[in-house]
Amino acid sequence: MATANLEYAYDSKIEGDIVVTQLDAAINWVRCHSMWPMPMGTACCAIEFMGVAASRFDLARFGAEVTKFSPRQSDCMIVSGTVTYKMATVVRRIYDQMAAPKWVIAMGACASSGGMYRSYAVLQGVDRILPVDVYISGCPPRPEAVLDGFEKLQRKVKREHSLSNLLKPS
Amino acid sequence: MTTYIDVAAALSAKFSQAVLRASRDHPAFNVPAGQALAVLRWLRDEAGFEILRDVTAIDWGLERSPRFMVVWHLYSPAAHRYVRVAADCASDAEPQMPSATELWPGANWHERETYDMFGIVFSGHPELKRILMWEGYPYFPLRKEFPLAGLPAELPDPEVAAETKEKVQAAPMAGGPFVATPGETMSGAEPRARDEAWSESSQKPT
Ligand code: SF4
Repeated sequence: MATANLEYAYDSKIEGDIVVTQLDAAINWVRCHSMWPMPMGTACCAIEFMGVAASRFDLARFGAEVTKFSPRQSDCMIVSGTVTYKMATVVRRIYDQMAAPKWVIAMGACASSGGMYRSYAVLQGVDRILPVDVYISGCPPRPEAVLDGFEKLQRKVKREHSLSNLLKPS
Repeated sequence: MTTYIDVAAALSAKFSQAVLRASRDHPAFNVPAGQALAVLRWLRDEAGFEILRDVTAIDWGLERSPRFMVVWHLYSPAAHRYVRVAADCASDAEPQMPSATELWPGANWHERETYDMFGIVFSGHPELKRILMWEGYPYFPLRKEFPLAGLPAELPDPEVAAETKEKVQAAPMAGGPFVATPGETMSGAEPRARDEAWSESSQKPT
């Protein structure tokens, strides 16, 4: 049956120096285990994100080694906090500056839907200006929820058709 | 330096047009807009109210004239006391007030915020532009006719607006806002939704 090889397996006794896999699987394996977050912290959720990244919960265990404050060196924008309209254009510009492939996590109620800020000043959900991959509920989400969301994103990346996307004329 | 107790007496002796204003906490005065700066200067230099704590405004609603009132809060670090000064803006359509930036540089941002939210122009302000909302935002959000959910407008950045085809929209109120009523028992004071459906599609009931 022709299913995508999602698992990367290698047995040196059988295969010697040769690895047999699909390019998609290899590329996705690289991508999803080295996904550096761009912490787009705009409010209180960003404080919780510090907890996620710090030693107790340690986002680095999942390949998000360095939270990069430069959009050029990051793969996954984690929008953590309330996004006002004034800030929304900045968020969008930073997203545009990130090099593809790139993903977006909306962390918390505010980033996902505007949260409790039903107001003239607040963007009602960051998905109105960005393509969001994973939404994390909570106000703020527990660090475990952020880790879970991050793993969900990794599983999503593993299913991408990276090779054909790469070869697609842009 | 005048002590706190006789501020009211001293102020009314000095400025005959300053009248005591009903207040539940600190002494408060209504002064004419033209005299506001002189009163503030006197309070700073003669009465020891050296710190400008806040500049804000009140919109009394479309029905009332004068509609806009600017409010200053001063603090005396020697006496640990506050005093409040309020002045009506002469015009309801284009409210104006002299700027207190020459007395306190700290008035700068307070006045920008008051301008941003109420549209009150502080004459003599060195750089009166919006501070919270973006340049070019067409409304003054704390005016009474402005709905809580907001009004449609353009995004601050035309390039991003063209790219995302997004606009500033009225926020869905979804049954809110949730307000607590003070002065009741705890269970009675729980936040409840107040019907403000008018802010989304239907007109505000008059
Ligand atoms: S979801 Fe809650 S914790 Fe997060 S930014 Fe909004 S208000 Fe703050």
